[in-house]
Amino acid sequence: MFPNSFEYMAPTTLAEAVELMQRHEYDAKVLSGGQSLLPMMKLRMAAPPILIDINSIDELRGWKEESGFLRIGALTRHSELENAVELRDRYPLLAETAVWIADPLVRNRGTIGGSLAHADPASDWGAAMLALHARVEGIGSGGERQIPMDDFFVDTFTTALEETEIATAVLVPKPAGRTAGRYLKIERKAGDFAIAGLAIHVVLASDGTVAEAGFGICACGPVPLRGKRAEEYLLGKKLTPETIDDVSRMVPEDADPEDDLRGSAAYKRDVLRVFAERGLSDIAKELQGEGVVG
Amino acid sequence: MAKSQTELRPLGKSVGRKEDPRFIRGMGRYIDDIVLPGMLYMSLVRSPYAHARIKHVDPSAALEAPGVKLVITGEDLAAMDLAWMPTMAGDKQMVLATGKVLYQYQEVAAVIAESREQAEDAAQLVDVEYEPLPAVVDPIQSLDPDAPVLREDREKKSNHIFHWEAGDKEATEELFRNAPVVVKQNVRFPRVHPSPLEPCGCVADYQSSTGKLTWYVTSQAPHAHRTVLSMVSGLPEHQIRVISPDVGGGFGNKVPVYPGYVCAIVASLKLGRPVKWIESRTENISSTGFARDYHMTAEIAAEEDGRVLALRVKTIADHGAFDAAADPSKFPAGLFSIVTGSYDFKESFVEVDGAYTNKAPGGIAYRCSFRVTEAAYLIERVMDVLARRVGVDPAELRKRDFIRKEQFPYQSPTGWTYDSGDYEKTLDLALEKIGYEELRKEQAEKRARGELMGIGISTFTEVVGAGPSHTFDIMGIKMFDSAQIRLHPTGKVLARLGVRHQGQGHETTFAQIIAEELGLSTEDVLIEEGDTDTAPYGLGTYASRSTPTAGGAAALCGRRIRDKAKKIASHLLEAGEDDVVWDGVSFSAKGLPDKSVTMKDIAFAAYTNVPEGMEPGLEATYYYDPPNLTFPHGAYIAVVDIDKGTGAVKVRRFLAVDDCGNVINPMIVDGQVHGGLTEGFAIAFMQDIPFDEDGNCLAPNWMDYLVPTALDTPHWETDRTVTPSPHHPIGAKGVGESPNVGSPAAFVNAVVDALAPLGVEHIDMPIFPWKVWEVLREHGVNK
Ligand SMILES: Cc1cc2nc3c(=O)[nH]c(=O)nc-3n(C[C@H](O)[C@H](O)[C@H](O)COP(=O)(O)OP(=O)(O)OC[C@H]3O[C@@H](n4cnc5c(N)ncnc54)[C@H](O)[C@@H]3O)c2cc1C
Repeated sequence: MFPNSFEYMAPTTLAEAVELMQRHEYDAKVLSGGQSLLPMMKLRMAAPPILIDINSIDELRGWKEESGFLRIGALTRHSELENAVELRDRYPLLAETAVWIADPLVRNRGTIGGSLAHADPASDWGAAMLALHARVEGIGSGGERQIPMDDFFVDTFTTALEETEIATAVLVPKPAGRTAGRYLKIERKAGDFAIAGLAIHVVLASDGTVAEAGFGICACGPVPLRGKRAEEYLLGKKLTPETIDDVSRMVPEDADPEDDLRGSAAYKRDVLRVFAERGLSDIAKELQGEGVVG
Repeated sequence: MAKSQTELRPLGKSVGRKEDPRFIRGMGRYIDDIVLPGMLYMSLVRSPYAHARIKHVDPSAALEAPGVKLVITGEDLAAMDLAWMPTMAGDKQMVLATGKVLYQYQEVAAVIAESREQAEDAAQLVDVEYEPLPAVVDPIQSLDPDAPVLREDREKKSNHIFHWEAGDKEATEELFRNAPVVVKQNVRFPRVHPSPLEPCGCVADYQSSTGKLTWYVTSQAPHAHRTVLSMVSGLPEHQIRVISPDVGGGFGNKVPVYPGYVCAIVASLKLGRPVKWIESRTENISSTGFARDYHMTAEIAAEEDGRVLALRVKTIADHGAFDAAADPSKFPAGLFSIVTGSYDFKESFVEVDGAYTNKAPGGIAYRCSFRVTEAAYLIERVMDVLARRVGVDPAELRKRDFIRKEQFPYQSPTGWTYDSGDYEKTLDLALEKIGYEELRKEQAEKRARGELMGIGISTFTEVVGAGPSHTFDIMGIKMFDSAQIRLHPTGKVLARLGVRHQGQGHETTFAQIIAEELGLSTEDVLIEEGDTDTAPYGLGTYASRSTPTAGGAAALCGRRIRDKAKKIASHLLEAGEDDVVWDGVSFSAKGLPDKSVTMKDIAFAAYTNVPEGMEPGLEATYYYDPPNLTFPHGAYIAVVDIDKGTGAVKVRRFLAVDDCGNVINPMIVDGQVHGGLTEGFAIAFMQDIPFDEDGNCLAPNWMDYLVPTALDTPHWETDRTVTPSPHHPIGAKGVGESPNVGSPAAFVNAVVDALAPLGVEHIDMPIFPWKVWEVLREHGVNK
């Protein structure tokens, strides 16, 4: 239960971190919350010779609204987003999702940047950021760039970030109308990774039709997946029971789950359907008042 | 609320736990807190294969690594005749593999280095070449005559370990032949693991100057371990001191002797320095004593009205690569024959066959008196199957079949003499407290609406407190237990017992027993356990045996002290011994209540002013050989709601009414019940150690072997009835394990009850949401 020996560096500025990453290339790994990297090192599934701890870099902390989007620093802890009351109205999916990640201890350490960079298929943030149509901002030898979520996850534990690139922030678009979000997750026990999870993000236009729709599927594929068919279908429609029923059948079609200790693929697909139906019905109630428009 | 410890007559009161201040503040002293000068660290090399021939083991690269002092291989141990060790079940087990490995994570070599990190790094450098062999994972296939023989060391060329039976076969068959109703159910009790928070570990400290080995080990049975160690190693027993410091949870996992222990001791003997070995979580779950893994089939013969006649049980027990159970030697299947439970079966016949597989060795009792959990689960589950078949409410069926209170002492068809019980009273209290009738009404309404709600009952009986020397021994050592009480001149007491607590609260409850007998307060009594150089001999704490055995010894030892005290009192009171009376707190002369002496006065006199001719001092030792076991019972009721969409089960209520005889400390009993229910809940809903077809362990850590937290755990309601044990010195029975034994059936019965309208009769544990969903889908519920 000890990692292989490694060298440890703790830069205090982003520039310094970028420089160190470039100098050490493949030998270096970013240490953020350590909640995925350190367990893997202790199990000796990962053995990076050098750790570059980014926890002392203030530029990576906190969030602020900029033109067109909310910029969330990569070092933002899961628990900070869970408790960010000021974000609840406009970005409800953030707190909805955060509370489902792991347990309170892990949430106090784990970061949104680390969760995305790790690219675990069961990353709850992965599903939520897909639903929110977010972008990841990274910095490396080529300077700064933004990667849309659709291009970000390449494969299990692999992202579009270069080996020497550091994720600096997540950019969540500002909603263009009344918004609601739900995160639905089933787990074998509290604090477990998802058996299946579904992030739902909806923005209604002033006429009550859906202006933005987002579905992020967790733990049902090699990476977190987008419920593309459901999104396309929902745009411009009203949230009626029939629409909800139709959409909930489409969500599993974009999932690609496997049989494992957490359940069969058929089970996971069906849970996604149930989640879509429940989440959307709830959102309809919230945004349209008690009666779902018939 | 917890009472102060200074109260006199503390028995039966919720005295605050004396051990809590150190545990709550993180000041317990556990095995890994022990640091000795010059201490080295050991790490084990383990097999990645479940079944493979070892072509060669090359330690040379490891020996050259920084800090490495020694590498031990199986061949090295073989040269010392230590490659194999006996298990407590009469089998033998490899310490370090020679020739073959028989399960994944089996111990292959030990590396000892200056630091823990160095030992772990170097362990990766030990070069082992394996030739994989096909693995046998399923115990039923393993018993097939064509299955490859796993244990080449044995004379018997099959994977069959033992056949064991209880009851009268012919008489049972006879009743089955003529029975109007027969129900049959296959029931699996999954392979689970006690998974204590603190894994196993030890520090072996051999001093070549004195020839004495001090062995610190996280042990539930330090005396037994000393004897086994002496027998295995040839070290004289008085030159071995076993110290079991604070134990961070045991639950049966810390009863066996593990290969790592032997390696650490060998290393210390060879190097003359202390050697520490602390397991990782993965090592604990993947290689140390697991529990259960019983494949059972039960049949009940009954009358049309559900009155039971006979019970027939066939079981295959998967022990893994070595039978490393820690059962009393006459009981290879433990006390499984308690399977007739709380019911008045006329006859019963029970068979168990043990099988070897390519899985970690074990079969230990996880918070359970030797297979009582398997038995209680089986009978409680199958009684529900019978209830459904004959169309009788499960509470009513149980009442029809209970052993009545007038029948005690009750002779069971498999040979047990139940000491006492009042099953109907306990169940009635539970039914009333939970509001059974209203719940059934609510359920009927919900069913009409298509909702799934279930109520599950378990009215179990245990057999605990092994045990009487005529029947119970482990490796020949009789299973009595002991207490030694010493009063100091100021009236303070040091008491030592042969058991070793791991969360049961002995420092409080045994102080209460002794204080009660001596007229002192709990505060006045210090309890010490776990050091074989100081404590009297005893077989340890497991199987709910501490109160039935050592607790009895403590009371009787207190009375022995009181006998002498009475003589001193007579001297101090200047009254004839026959005229001296004890009122629970002091002695006085008959008719002269104003003049009295307390135990404190007497203790002082014992060292300053004893009567002419009396031996000074005030201490006693008592070895208590109990006349019988004790038979606690309980009535548990679970209420669950099932989410039809996801298959998730929510435990809405759970009530445990226990009867463990006279209660020493109600708060501690409640605490034991809460903990055991939480484990029972985990077993019912999330715990299992599965293997793939190559014998790879699929849940070797807490990521996949699930342990519930406060966030998962339902709210527990508790209550109790009191039916004292007629033979125990203070009328107490064991209770530490009742909740683990009794609760799984209540949970599963509740889930099956919820699904019963669909025609479901059984569902195997652990009840993951997907299993329920699959049942629902099979029955067309969720499209
Ligand atoms: C018991 C437990 C339960 C968990 N349950 C869940 C769960 O239910 N749902 C869930 O989503 N997650 C869960 N997690 C994972 C947790 O959310 C982690 O915090 C997260 O996956 C990783 O974030 P981190 O900040 O800890 O990253 P780290 O562990 O520090 O790093 C993870 C990886 O990302 C890289 N990395 C980190 N930050 C950056 C960066 N800024 N730029 C480039 N690369 C970077 C690292 O080099 C490393 O490869 C669980 C973890 C534990 C220990």
